[in-house]
Amino acid sequence: MGAAVYRGPFRREQAERLLWRAGFGPRRGEATALARKGLEAAVFSLTRPGAARMVGPKPHDSKGRGLAPEDAWGHDHLWWLDRMVRTSRPLVERMTLVWHDWFATSLQGVGSQSLMLRQNRLLRRHALGSFGTLLREITRDPAMLLWLSGTDNTKWSPNENYARELMELFTLGAGRGYTEGDVREQARSLTGWTSDWRSGVGQHNFRYARDRHDGGNKRIFGQRGPHDWEDAVRLCLEHSRHPVFFVEKLWSYFVPTAPDARTRDSLVTLYRKEHDVRPLVEAILRHPALYTGPRMVKPPVVYTAGLLRAIGRGVDTDSWSWLSGMTGQRLFVPPSVAGWDDSRWLDTATFRGRWWIANYATQPLSLTDKQAGSLPSQPDELVEGAVRFWGSPTLRPATRRALLEFARRSMADADASWKRRSYPVLITNALRQLVATSPDFQTC
Amino acid sequence: MARPCSDYSRTDLLRRGLAEAGRGLPAIEPGMPLPAGTGLSRRSFLARGAGLGLAVYGGHALLPRLLEDGIAAAAADPSERVLVSVFLDGGADSLSMLFPGDDPLYRSLRPKLALPASVGTAFAEDPRLRWHPSLTPLATLHGEGKVTVLPGVGYTGPDQSHFTSRHFWEVGATNEALRTGWLGRYLDRVGTPDNPLQGLSLESRLQPALATARVPVASIDSPDRYDFWTRGVWGDVEQRLMEAIGSLGGLPTDGDAALLQASAASRQAARLRQQLLPFTPKDGQPGFTSPVTYPTGEDDFPRRLAGLAAMLGSGLPVRAVALTAPGMYDTHDSQPDALAEGLTITAESLLAFQRDLESRGLADRVLIHVWSEFGRRAEENGSAGTDHGAAGIGFLIGTRVSGTAIGEYPGLAQLDADGNLRATSDFRGLYAALLEDWLGTDAEGIIPSAASFARPRILK
Repeated sequence: MGAAVYRGPFRREQAERLLWRAGFGPRRGEATALARKGLEAAVFSLTRPGAARMVGPKPHDSKGRGLAPEDAWGHDHLWWLDRMVRTSRPLVERMTLVWHDWFATSLQGVGSQSLMLRQNRLLRRHALGSFGTLLREITRDPAMLLWLSGTDNTKWSPNENYARELMELFTLGAGRGYTEGDVREQARSLTGWTSDWRSGVGQHNFRYARDRHDGGNKRIFGQRGPHDWEDAVRLCLEHSRHPVFFVEKLWSYFVPTAPDARTRDSLVTLYRKEHDVRPLVEAILRHPALYTGPRMVKPPVVYTAGLLRAIGRGVDTDSWSWLSGMTGQRLFVPPSVAGWDDSRWLDTATFRGRWWIANYATQPLSLTDKQAGSLPSQPDELVEGAVRFWGSPTLRPATRRALLEFARRSMADADASWKRRSYPVLITNALRQLVATSPDFQTC
Repeated sequence: MARPCSDYSRTDLLRRGLAEAGRGLPAIEPGMPLPAGTGLSRRSFLARGAGLGLAVYGGHALLPRLLEDGIAAAAADPSERVLVSVFLDGGADSLSMLFPGDDPLYRSLRPKLALPASVGTAFAEDPRLRWHPSLTPLATLHGEGKVTVLPGVGYTGPDQSHFTSRHFWEVGATNEALRTGWLGRYLDRVGTPDNPLQGLSLESRLQPALATARVPVASIDSPDRYDFWTRGVWGDVEQRLMEAIGSLGGLPTDGDAALLQASAASRQAARLRQQLLPFTPKDGQPGFTSPVTYPTGEDDFPRRLAGLAAMLGSGLPVRAVALTAPGMYDTHDSQPDALAEGLTITAESLLAFQRDLESRGLADRVLIHVWSEFGRRAEENGSAGTDHGAAGIGFLIGTRVSGTAIGEYPGLAQLDADGNLRATSDFRGLYAALLEDWLGTDAEGIIPSAASFARPRILK
């Protein structure tokens, strides 16, 4: 029995949610167009997209120069943000972000933007493919080998760093189906990786060196043998607790409440066959829980890319790199190997970060006194204009009323003719900011 | 920006709204034990805004401005005690921080990493031990009777996962399902619905120990950087805009957790902005100044502590503070340099903070607790590093602390089955003592099974 499929109306509002959960929000008119396709075709357009195309203005830094993501500070963030803004395959980028969180590797430990981007390409290549292949490849990915001490792990002195997280964070879950003994034996299995270091080049020539590998017998999950790194990965994938961990964790990126038992079991069945990600994501994106369940807070980088998509702006300033730190999500610098905490994005500090992001996003388009006189002076028209500016996102009626109240009171403050002429400009700028930072727009 | 805000008259509305603000910690999902921000990602941003000159600060100079802004009503009782929790992220190596220099067992377990008995300062309470050279500032404070060491703090059944063990420390129990922090539950008992500053995360993310169920708490990076500038908006309209942040955050959320989170953040930001208005830099003057010199450099930690001392000095109603120390303590490799770097800036900043508090006459009101989620394996791992251990080290700092170690140094002769140090004190007993003897409230109802933990003597 497969997982339930959403049968309710699939209108603009539902399409909007799908585009935010499985991508980076709609471009102008995109939600309406997607709604016309119907649920099934809409989901497939995301999970089985055509060839990758980048749509819109090419990225550049504040001085108009092209990006140097492997070298220039912050350009790695800009480079990926640009892909999120311009891609014709938003779900592929979104899944790449999921894997970046799942196998959270930080530039702070790797020290090379070039190796971070190499890992990023790996995550993108397998974004909707086989988790088994992805796990195998990430285990020998240079950035990961540096990040979790893989190249320090030798038969003479095993290092448990990768072994522990492989089970705790990547495949099984903390304390679920493994012991401290398994951690130690896995570490031995994973020995053998090394690299060279040269001044000016850094770490390079990552390779497997048999003489560094501990060829002795190990006992992992009760299975004895001369396990090596491929066995370490395979034993985790074949572990009876792995499929449930996997589907529940994958689900949590799209739906904020845990799947019910029937859904979980059907996803596990789907996953067990080939460890394929695409069919699972398709089942999740069609599931009623996605459309009828509670809202989710948009991750900061998704929020930022979405603002730019909504107003058709490309990446044309370096500022996004340092602003991202204020929102709590600098790409390539997750807080720890456990990734970002998706359940707690917003507090007084990160709210202010998003305020700044929205302010920077609208700056080139913000109105000045030159436009005074060309704007309506009716509060409701000003509100309508500001909502339209962002592509008319769905707002709660109470939110619209609060915006209207703000506009009405602000116009009422205009006690001189120059104010009556200028205030619609100020109010419009303020309303755009309020729409973008409203609880409605921070969530989806 | 600094004129009295019409928002303030809406205190009643805020009071009602904030009553529902707390939302606690998320549950630990299967395999997704609580991680939490370390604030590392902030470094790159703040590096750009750093370098603010610190001049001599004149006592309570800010207080008249606070009165002007009508915030004094919410100002702290001058005798109110403050707890500052400083987290060494990653599991700090106690066997380097207070090391048994002459122990041959130490040399054999740590052939590469053992520190020579010729470096650092002797630990006056136990001739076997020496302070790591980078911790000299703490040795100085210890000499003045202002540091209490916990040389083997932990719990029975130690968990070697960073995230699980850290979660235990943050919630004050070895319970994966608990959703509020131990300081959060303290604030839920004593806090008020209109004062986000009562629980203060000094970084870009909420510190989980401060997660409440009922009252609001705040995260800020620095008190003088809490502005909401908006291009093309000024004057009356800007005032209305600031009001509207609070209004949008006060709308009903129909029990939707995400909307609730976004609304609470919005509402609390509006309130916090008001509370911090006196710290807004004006006419080229910095938002605050310090009476002592803090370490300079790229890291935010010293500046955060300097800002905290200024906030306390101005009478803002802060009760519990949490922040992450600089440095990378998960030293699986290249341990000596990484550890020394982090400990140096941490210890120097804490010393400056203590001197700042003393200079402002606040020292008797503030107690600092330094902790890490676990210690590290006694035996080194061969990558010039150490793997995850069990019992670790902690410190209490302040003029009022006992200055006498809590629990003995566990020693290397009797390690546990995993080759880790055994705990000689329990963090839950420590928390219970902090609540009862320092913060003046019963630990029962805040620390689960509080009665079952012996309280160490923490004060003079």
